[in-house]
Amino acid sequence: MPQLNSAEELEQFRQELLSKRDPNRPCISICAGTGCLAYGAAEVIDAFKAEIKEQGLTAVVDTKGTGCPGFCERGPVVVIYPEEICYLGVKPEDVPEIVAQTIGEKKVLDRLVYEDPNTGDHAVHESDIPFYKHQERNILSHNIKIDSKSIDDYLSIGGYSALTKALFRMTDIEVLEEVKKSNIRGRGGGGFPAGRKWEGSRNAPEKVKYVIVNADEGDPGAFMDRALLEGNPHSILEGLIIGGYAIGAHEGFIYVRQEYPLAVENITLAIAQAEKCGFLGRNILGSGFDFTVKVHQGAGAFVCGESTALMTSLEGRVGEPRPKYVRSNVKGLWNRPSVLNNVETWANVPLIINNGADWFTRYGTEGSKGTKIFSLVGKITNTGLVEIPMGMTLRDIIYKIGGGIPGGKKFKAVQTGGPSGGCIPESLLDLEVDFDELTKAGSMMGSGGMIVMDEDTCMVDVARYFIHFLTDESCGKCVPCREGLRQMDKILTRITEGKGKEGDVETLEEFSELAIEASLCALGKSAPNPFLSTLRYFRDEYEAHIKDKRCPALSCKELISYYIDPAKCRACLICLKKCPVDAIDGGKRKIHIIDQDRCTNCGTCLEVCPAKFDAVIKVSGEPVPPSIPEEQRMISRKSKEK
Amino acid sequence: MSEIHLQIDGKEVNATEGMTVLEAAQGAGISIPTLCHHEKLEPLGGCRLCMVEVEVRGWKKLVVSCVYTVEEDLIVTTRSEKLDRIRKNLLELLLAHAPESPQLQEMAREYGADKNRFEKEASFCIHCGLCVRYCAEVAGKHAVGFIDRGIRKEISFIPEIATKECNDCKECFPLCPTSYLQAAFVLIESLVSSRSDSESASKK
Repeated sequence: MPQLNSAEELEQFRQELLSKRDPNRPCISICAGTGCLAYGAAEVIDAFKAEIKEQGLTAVVDTKGTGCPGFCERGPVVVIYPEEICYLGVKPEDVPEIVAQTIGEKKVLDRLVYEDPNTGDHAVHESDIPFYKHQERNILSHNIKIDSKSIDDYLSIGGYSALTKALFRMTDIEVLEEVKKSNIRGRGGGGFPAGRKWEGSRNAPEKVKYVIVNADEGDPGAFMDRALLEGNPHSILEGLIIGGYAIGAHEGFIYVRQEYPLAVENITLAIAQAEKCGFLGRNILGSGFDFTVKVHQGAGAFVCGESTALMTSLEGRVGEPRPKYVRSNVKGLWNRPSVLNNVETWANVPLIINNGADWFTRYGTEGSKGTKIFSLVGKITNTGLVEIPMGMTLRDIIYKIGGGIPGGKKFKAVQTGGPSGGCIPESLLDLEVDFDELTKAGSMMGSGGMIVMDEDTCMVDVARYFIHFLTDESCGKCVPCREGLRQMDKILTRITEGKGKEGDVETLEEFSELAIEASLCALGKSAPNPFLSTLRYFRDEYEAHIKDKRCPALSCKELISYYIDPAKCRACLICLKKCPVDAIDGGKRKIHIIDQDRCTNCGTCLEVCPAKFDAVIKVSGEPVPPSIPEEQRMISRKSKEK
Repeated sequence: MSEIHLQIDGKEVNATEGMTVLEAAQGAGISIPTLCHHEKLEPLGGCRLCMVEVEVRGWKKLVVSCVYTVEEDLIVTTRSEKLDRIRKNLLELLLAHAPESPQLQEMAREYGADKNRFEKEASFCIHCGLCVRYCAEVAGKHAVGFIDRGIRKEISFIPEIATKECNDCKECFPLCPTSYLQAAFVLIESLVSSRSDSESASKK
């Protein structure tokens, strides 16, 4: 890595790198993101390296661990270039065969390529897999192409060319105008136009200004920002430096949660590399612009994703929001103008500068431009990260990309926007996903979490879960959030336990309104959303729980009972042996009966009862039928033979 | 400092630039309820009782008056059905923790709050932070602080500092709207003295 002193030196260095790289040379890219690592990707990478060495191919084949391409459901993901053959669920024992057949003989291993669970069709290339085919991966597509720890890899795909364009061919005002023209809205939750936020900071009289990356991704099930920070850290750094140039800031901060060790490692390494190359520090590439970046690790409080709490935490104090009526882009970190944007927003900046605002606005809807990354999780066939143009319908995301609901179950709702987002029902599946449409439906974009729920999910329990999460994560500074949510959590818990009473829904509504009207920060103001949206679309479930003591989804443990249908039970002893509390009475050829007083509703009997018998039945809101008389419990040989 | 003209509950009020709405109201003899506010301390904006409605150029919004600063031609409403309901609900939530606090009871009477609305969880402390902030900002001792977060947050004296500083100060005691602060101090004192007793006993 040489120290580069001008845009020309950078281009020269880039050409040198590219001239040494043969695009036809085989390259094995293995996802080294957190998801695939958990599946054993590190062993797969080692196995490839060892095998390539053993076969004496080190000089002709490249092997690299890359960022996350998004198809986490089928990890570890391996892509072999130049053919772009995509293998899924690769294990170390597959490696010798891949090297011998695919690298050596150019043959595709059918058993490792994508097979459509419905049609049985095979797809060899990434672009043919339905999960990828319907996406628009402007940002995420780079992840699998580069070794996230290599600045050379980033430079070889055009890295830092947006920075040189901004520094040498555009004025700071032109950069700002381009971002404003792109109309990009903040990807972290609020959806505030980034250009206007930047302009506010730029115009603020205080001279010292800051730019900050919000990488405190804390929504359960969301990992978009982690994948970007781990997989392509330089792209975020490049966006941040450009932002600093546009508003006149010379210091940047990356606020990243400590729970993301690989992201911390990769961004810290990227900063060191960028400093060495001359993309950070004094007089960047000879432009006269100075800029430095520091990484700050958050201690894991959800509230620190809120802008003023994040800045307070960055100042070294307890991460609690500040009551302020001046925006933080004017008075933020240490009371100075501070532009705080989410990881994904910053990652979009180099693309906007390189390709122009007109290119960016080709994607998306009238009010929400560009693409957006979602983490698609829950009861969905293809769990993973998806990047789509704004305006795609929920139905297309869930069925075309996500592959629908597994196990033949019915779709019930999708929760968007993180814990303080809302649940959207089946009747709104044709909603075109963008900032405004989601808000209209009583949910929000948030940072892009999407949790799919099937018919077995109880919506009252979902509301309870998220309100409990938010109660736990409330910083406690203001009363409506700390105490109001605490009471809401207690009431919702009571309802799911079958102890709900008349008036509970009204009390919940009353304290939802209090939290919205009187809370100090956006976390408190949006916290009642999980309750309000489930009430709006699933009021019947609340009424069933409170009035009939019935859980329609047969999910709330305190409201369900199990019994064994005597006509179906074949006295196989399986459930009897597996019951953890010895609540099942029976014997060989003696029909089994569940002792309701002992039963803890764990559901083990239902799970283990052989499908051919299907004798265990779950009910809610109705008494279990009386047990059959003792004398009828013996199954005669004859009936067994029948 | 230029003079600012605003209207509070229909009354024309003069204030100086940089003043909060709460200060302007108090100066004009208009009372706004507060719990976490103290004139010597930086505003916390935590109890939310001092919320008022402000109208700026035709736009109405709810703000906390202890933080919001005065503006020319601002129209402030300190009591309305909505504001009273907010205060009633806030008080009901706090009364679950400190039902016997005289200060809370007095406000509950004013706003019709039912102290038995929620199941009692007598933690006594209502997190107003007056003691913690007074000790840090005015006394400069940092002898009492908050530990943990959210619903688990509680005040705690730091034994090493409290045993040296608190006996001669105790200025925070009258600030506490509940009786909790003194109790917490007595507790820490007894814990420290029993520890030093047993230490000196073991040395013998």
